[in-house]
Amino acid sequence: MRLVVVGNGMAGARLVSEVRARDRRMPITVFGAEPGGPYNRVLLSNVLAGQARPDQLGLHDLSWYDTHRVEAVPGSTVAWIDREARAVHTACGRREPYDLLVLATGSEAVVPPIPGVGRAIPFRTLDDCDRIIKAAEGGRRAVVVGGGLLGVEAARGLAGRGLPVTLLHLADHLMERQLDAEAGLVLGETLAGLGVEIRTGVSAAAVEDGGVRLAGGELVEGDLVVLACGVRPLTALAEEAGLEVRRGIVVDDELRTDDPSIMAIGECAEHDGTVYGLVAPAWEQAAVAADVITGGKSRYRGSRLVTRLKAKSVELAAMGETHLTDEHAEVVRFSHRARGTYRKLVIRDDRLVGAILLGDIDAVGTLTQLYDRGGPLPGDRAGLLFPGLSAAPETDSPTLMPDAAKVCHCNDVTKGQIRACWEAGARDVAGVAAATRATTGCGTCRDAVAGIVAWLCEQEGVSA
Amino acid sequence: MGEPVKTHCPYCALQCGMAISADRPRITITPRTDVPANAAGALCQKGWTAAELLTNGTRLTSPLLHGRPVDWDVALDHVADRLAAVQREHGPDGVAVFGGGGLTNEKAYLLGKLARVALGTSQIDYNGRFCMSSAAAASNRAFGLDRGLPFPVTDLAGADVVLLAGANPAETMPPLVRHLTGPRLIVVDPRRTATARLAWLHLRPAPGTDLALALGLLHLAVAEDLVDTAYVAGRTSGFDAVRTSLAAWWPERVERITGVPVPRMREAVRALAHAKNAYVLTGRGAEQHAQGTDTVTAFINLALALGLPGRRGSGYGCLTGQGNGQGGREHGQKADQLPGYRRIDDPAARAHVAGVWGVDPASLPGPGRSAFELLDALGTPDGPKAMLLFGSNPVVSAPASSRVASRLRALDLLVVCDVVMSETAALADVVFPVTQWAEETGTLTNLEGRVLLRRQAVEPPPGVRTDLDVIAALARRLGHDFPADPAQVFDELRRATAGGPADYSGITYPRLTAAPQPPHPGEPQDDAPLHGRAEPQGGALLRSGAEVRGGGDTQGGAHRQGREETQGGAHLQGRGEVGVFWPCPGAGHPGTPRLFLDSFATADGRARFVVVEHRGPAEEVDEEYPVYLTTGRVLAHYQSGAQTRRIAPLTEAEPEPYVELHPDLAARLEIGAGDRVRVTSRRGRAGGVARISDAIRSDTVFMPFHWEGTNLLTNPELDPTSRMPEFKVCAVRVERAT
Repeated sequence: MRLVVVGNGMAGARLVSEVRARDRRMPITVFGAEPGGPYNRVLLSNVLAGQARPDQLGLHDLSWYDTHRVEAVPGSTVAWIDREARAVHTACGRREPYDLLVLATGSEAVVPPIPGVGRAIPFRTLDDCDRIIKAAEGGRRAVVVGGGLLGVEAARGLAGRGLPVTLLHLADHLMERQLDAEAGLVLGETLAGLGVEIRTGVSAAAVEDGGVRLAGGELVEGDLVVLACGVRPLTALAEEAGLEVRRGIVVDDELRTDDPSIMAIGECAEHDGTVYGLVAPAWEQAAVAADVITGGKSRYRGSRLVTRLKAKSVELAAMGETHLTDEHAEVVRFSHRARGTYRKLVIRDDRLVGAILLGDIDAVGTLTQLYDRGGPLPGDRAGLLFPGLSAAPETDSPTLMPDAAKVCHCNDVTKGQIRACWEAGARDVAGVAAATRATTGCGTCRDAVAGIVAWLCEQEGVSA
Repeated sequence: MGEPVKTHCPYCALQCGMAISADRPRITITPRTDVPANAAGALCQKGWTAAELLTNGTRLTSPLLHGRPVDWDVALDHVADRLAAVQREHGPDGVAVFGGGGLTNEKAYLLGKLARVALGTSQIDYNGRFCMSSAAAASNRAFGLDRGLPFPVTDLAGADVVLLAGANPAETMPPLVRHLTGPRLIVVDPRRTATARLAWLHLRPAPGTDLALALGLLHLAVAEDLVDTAYVAGRTSGFDAVRTSLAAWWPERVERITGVPVPRMREAVRALAHAKNAYVLTGRGAEQHAQGTDTVTAFINLALALGLPGRRGSGYGCLTGQGNGQGGREHGQKADQLPGYRRIDDPAARAHVAGVWGVDPASLPGPGRSAFELLDALGTPDGPKAMLLFGSNPVVSAPASSRVASRLRALDLLVVCDVVMSETAALADVVFPVTQWAEETGTLTNLEGRVLLRRQAVEPPPGVRTDLDVIAALARRLGHDFPADPAQVFDELRRATAGGPADYSGITYPRLTAAPQPPHPGEPQDDAPLHGRAEPQGGALLRSGAEVRGGGDTQGGAHRQGREETQGGAHLQGRGEVGVFWPCPGAGHPGTPRLFLDSFATADGRARFVVVEHRGPAEEVDEEYPVYLTTGRVLAHYQSGAQTRRIAPLTEAEPEPYVELHPDLAARLEIGAGDRVRVTSRRGRAGGVARISDAIRSDTVFMPFHWEGTNLLTNPELDPTSRMPEFKVCAVRVERAT
């Protein structure tokens, strides 16, 4: 069976390696619109922030394709699909037959239809990133249009390069899809402390030489304008081929379109009314698709969304339904705006259905896994927000320790036994060690034993 | 017996030095202070109470044939006749041999020879496959050589940072902790173990996700430019492919898989990278998985990227578990192996060993099945029909143990050599009572790769013979003359290992028993702890001019070319050789405390990065089995518990199997401390008393494996490279036992 994949981005590249992991021989051809090998788009923000180099992003180097016998055709756009003949045709005239076709065309940056928008640089591809970094090196001030996840990361990255930045956002608070109002407010204050000026509830009317003209007429100065206004699924290829397309290419639980020999995954696909813009769902879909392609029984039932901001000295995690309030769910919140920390749990039928952690995120590991697995929650909700809060204090103060407490684990010696041999005449650590063998194993109980002996001597008014 | 006899502990791979004075009926044990591993005179409770093994009266003292005591010749003749009959009917591979990591080097060697020469069977393996096989496979493919610690254990004390992945020495080898008080410890373990409580930083990955964590740590090392690029360029190969593979393991993704927050990962990597001296060590927690070899490789990749292996005062190592876990995997009781850590499919190795054994190389069989595959094939149509089993208790220690027990029952003949009536001996047609630890002489190779001599200190009870006697007696009945005297066997072993990776040819009993001389003033002390990271030096010039194969430092007064040697704060009483580090390729050779200083044992002398991919546990939790089970040891007991469960102070310390649950999980299941708990997996059911503790995660329960039961639950899914079963994670249901 010949497999053809259109799109060598995050979803397409992952599908190819997942299929090859299951089937060493299936002929695979993958077309990529961008030149060069596939790269990890998630890390673009780190490149923009100078935290990573472009050469660290490659998902497969070209030799991978040879050793795994996959034909990769970079810089080649597929123009149309001939569904009857089951073949795709590229812009440069190449015809490639398929038995199974997977569309992984991803999405494109939304460019607001406003005058002068050509002056602005979208933040979507590696080339965009290079252009922004070059402009930032010569720039005095930047403006980022769009305060979603990508816009916040871009603004923080540019500020990290020492460039004053203004972040413009249409909604009333930043990352309004993932955060509630208070979290958005705390995030804005945190970013302000890092050199990013926040302007919410504003819309860009035009891009001019001197900066961005707001709808109200005000000019926000900046000689570098970056667009982070969201993305739009690339579905033209599917539409022209007569496949069912709404916001994305509609797929079923096997990620098949209404043509059973054509599947779609990643940001161009719409499953159960949802188009996912994050990499985890794309990789989950790629795994299910690979299993289906190689005869497996997997089904895709949608993904649980965890958003994790990658911005230096700003720790933020958000997952699931974060907007529910006390009327619809059990909500546990802790807010300390002065320190820039905000924590929220959203609980329904004793399951974690949403969470926000901003500032100190020690609980992120436990919460993410509780959310992912839908596990039952402990009664003590506060312990979830503050791990270690409920941990029993381990007293090793000699006085408070009960007689039954084990002091030396290596030799199973309790405080009571130390007291007994002390009473029998062992008045120092060496004597206790000789009698009970305490302190002769790993040695870490030496201080505790010395403390007990000193305390016993004190009680008796005897010098140790 | 006047002067106390110097020997070593019967239990773990630290092989603490101890002296036994046997003025019967009292036998007393005192710690030696000349063995570096426990030079502070340390022992744990198992060591202190080991004498009870010799006196607690639970010994087998007569051969048993179908449960009835018989004399030795009757039993040996019966076994020899039945073996011959089985082989006549089913061919040489109709008979299997199963060894153990507690057997001395001499026993492991002679057992391998019994299989390949006297029986001509390829079907031999041992329980070390359940212990070290993943670390061994990963070390071999990275360094070309596998010696658990390629440096003296005392070197650890001089490090600034030590990362312990899946190792809990504070409970499994307590005296080792004395070498870890100086460095800052980073502990990777789902449980807050006694070792984790000593840690500067404790990373708690979900069970079965250590590999993802290691990939995330290496991603961060690359992203934050902490890679030792000069070392990587000069001493390694294959880094580019690994670096590319890391792009898929960005920290936030690893956080979601493992549950370890990104800031904690950053702290760990920065501490390791900025340390002048650092070590990365792995234990069973990282290794006993169906992706165990790849997990160890991921930690080795991290160590290589930071320039640690093969550098004085830094490195990668694994903490071997069993007493002779290191020696036990070198001398031929492993399915694919010949003495000297040679491959049985290597023509040069076959020619050399066949020459020492005086047989035609073509007569030596090829590789056989690995441990679990061998046990699982017993009594099946194309599997072995008879088995000789030495120094192991698979009915308790093998995964899916009910299946293993039924396989053992399906054999036409099961012969077990043991000290006590273990659960496995109880299934045997013939049981031979053999000597143990202080009743016999033999060498062991500890976790450092230091060959040590255990000397006989007490007379064995009448009616008991050594394993070597049994092997030689069987061989004789099969028409082959084998030595049974340990020194003679060792001399044969030396010749067989000569020229191999694990070369013992320069080691002799007299040399191992030579009294250590006081230190010569000004002479560098080679296995003293070191401070300060020295660049790899030029080749060491040896007095005997022998080139050091596999590169490395030399022990003793060998002349150094301009190599500054700081006199560490050695607390060794006498200097001189307490044991000899292999390789020791010749009488004059001083042994090799530190490997890889000048080059690695690969063809091009470079250490190899290997690309690995995280796959996760072989068996995920689901609605029917919603909780993870992880298994492991407790301080008071050792391996299957056959020895320690018969010693009063140890059973007082840990009387019975238990199930450790988090307070939240216990509350939800309405289980209180002390309640009986039933744990069920797809393979079986077991139980224990409930212990409530937040040292365990709320989605996981822990059970020690020293009693029959725990391994009824575990998953026999095997690592494709090392054939190690996945002991450390499976899915279970937990209920209060009504």
